Amino acid sequence: MRALLLLLLLLAAPAQAQTSRNPQRNPGLISELSQARIDINTTFRGVELLVFGAIQYPGGRVPDTAPDVAIVVRGPAEPVTVRKKGRVAGIWVNTDAVRFESVPGFYAVATTRPIADLADDRVMAIYELGVGSLQLSPASGESEAERAEFEAGLIAVKRRAGLFAEDPSGVQVTGQVLYQARLQLPSAVPVGEYSAEIFLIEEGRVVASATMPIEIDKSGFERWIYLMAQENSLLYGLAAVFAALASGGIASLVTRRR
Amino acid sequence: MTLYLPIAEMSVNWLVIILLGGGVGFLSGMFGVGGGFLTTPLLIFYGIPPAVAVASSATQITGSSVSGALAYWQRGQVDLKMGGVLVAGGVIGAGLGQIVFTWLQSLGQIDVSINIIYVLFLGVIGALMLKEALGALLAARSPTPGPPRRRGHVPWIAALPGRTRFYKSGLYISPLAPLALGVVVGILTVIMGIGGGFIMVPAMLYLLGMSASSVVGTSLFQIIFVTGAATLLHATSSRSVDIVLALLLLVGGVAGAQVGVRAAQKLSPEKLRLALALLVLGVAIRLLFGLTVQPADVFTLQEAG
Repeated sequence: MRALLLLLLLLAAPAQAQTSRNPQRNPGLISELSQARIDINTTFRGVELLVFGAIQYPGGRVPDTAPDVAIVVRGPAEPVTVRKKGRVAGIWVNTDAVRFESVPGFYAVATTRPIADLADDRVMAIYELGVGSLQLSPASGESEAERAEFEAGLIAVKRRAGLFAEDPSGVQVTGQVLYQARLQLPSAVPVGEYSAEIFLIEEGRVVASATMPIEIDKSGFERWIYLMAQENSLLYGLAAVFAALASGGIASLVTRRR
Repeated sequence: MTLYLPIAEMSVNWLVIILLGGGVGFLSGMFGVGGGFLTTPLLIFYGIPPAVAVASSATQITGSSVSGALAYWQRGQVDLKMGGVLVAGGVIGAGLGQIVFTWLQSLGQIDVSINIIYVLFLGVIGALMLKEALGALLAARSPTPGPPRRRGHVPWIAALPGRTRFYKSGLYISPLAPLALGVVVGILTVIMGIGGGFIMVPAMLYLLGMSASSVVGTSLFQIIFVTGAATLLHATSSRSVDIVLALLLLVGGVAGAQVGVRAAQKLSPEKLRLALALLVLGVAIRLLFGLTVQPADVFTLQEAG
C-alpha cells in the first residue's frame, strides 16, 4: 500500500521538475526499498527485496524509447581463499589455492536487458556491472590463466549458492518512468552493511545513479546466541555443555518413570 | 518447518534434523554405541559446514551419554579411578586434537582429513567387528564350543612401570596405559566429533583386559567429560558449536534411543553385532567413494582467514 502511494506520488515528479527554474541536463533518480533493514530471525528463509522508484527527466521530457536501468545489490566484501581439488593418489584433496582480497558476500544485478547490450567492458568495469566485472583483487604472484580459472571457480560456487546472481530481465520499466526489480536474497546471506545501487544508462553511459544502504543483521534469539558465541565463548561453551547434560538427565528421569 | 541456525548461518528443516538425530539415536540404542560416527558425516552430507558438524556433534554426544552413564552408575558399573585416568588422558588428547584441528584448518585440508580419518578408522574397526561377529555366528552353529577367551592385557602393557590396582576393572596395571588410550580417543573426539566408544570399548576389553561388567559404564563416564571438554575447546577456539543444532539432535536422539533399546531386545546379540559391523563398513565405503569420485565442484571457498 505504502509502495503504491509512493509510486503515485512519484508519477507527479516529472511535473515538478518541469517547473524548476534551472532544469539539469541529466535525468535524476528517485528510489525506495521494500526494506532498509533485514532481520535474520529463527524463521528466516531468505527474503525478496523490492527496489523501485522513478526517473526524473530534465524538463519533464519523457523519451519515446524505454530507458535502460541496472540495479545492483551487494553485501560487504571480505577476503576469500579459493581452493581447488586435485587427484592425489586416487583421492581428491585440496591442492592449489588463490586468495581474493575483496569478494562481496552477496552480489545481485538486475537489468532491463542483458548487461553486455547496455554498456561496453570499460563502463561495466567502472561501475562493477555484472558478476564478470567484479574487482575481486586476486593475490599477485599467480599467472593470469590461473587467476582467471580460480575466479571462474569462485563465481560458479557463489552462483550455485544463490549469493551471486544476474537477472538480465529483472528490471521492469513502466511508462518510461517507473522502474522496479525484485531480488532474491537466500538464507545463507552474510550479515553486514549492504547497498542498493540504481544506474540509469543511456547510449552506453551511466547518466544517473543513486545508492541506498541496507542493513542485514541477526535479530532476537539468533543475534543473542551469535553474540554470546563470539564474545563470551567460554560461557557459551559451558552453557552448551550444561544444556546437553540437563537434557540428557531429564530424558533419563522421564524414561525411568515409565 | 525451517529454522535458521545461528552459528551454522543457514536455515535447515528442523524436522529433518530431529529425524536424523532420531535415526542415529535408534541405532545407538540398538547397538549401544554413541553414534557420533554417523551424526557427523550425515550432517556434513546435509550441508552443515564440517567444523560446525564436528563441534555440535560432540555437544550432542555429551547429552546422549548422560542417561546411559547414570543407569550404569546406579548399578555400580562405573570404575571411577579408571574413568578418572581416562578422562585425564582424554582432556590432554582433546587439547592436542584442537591444535591439529586448527593446523589442518589453516592448511585448508580439514574436510579431506576428517573424511580420510573416518575411512581409516571405520574401515579397520568395521572389518574387525565383521570378522568377530561372523566368527561368533559360526561358533554358535557348531556343536562344540571353542576354547573360552582368556582375559588379560597384552604383554607390553604389563611391562609399564608404576602399577596400581583398579578394583572394579579387576586390573593391576600401570595407569600410563589407560592414560595413553585416553589421549588417543581424546584427539579423535575433537577431530571427528565422536565419543569414541566404538574404539574405547574394544581397547578396554582386549588391550587392557578390563572386566566386561564395568567397561561400558566407564566408557560412557569418560565420554561425557571428554566430549564436554571438546565442546569447550571448539566453542572458545573455532566458535563452531551450534547449540540449536545440538539440542535438535538431542531431542531426536533421546527418543530414538528408547525405541532402539526395545528393538534390540528382540534380536540376538550376534546378529546385532553383525548388523553394526555392516553399518560401520557401509559408512566407510560411502565416504571412501566420496573421496575418490570427482567432486561436483572442484573449487571450495573459505571466507576470511
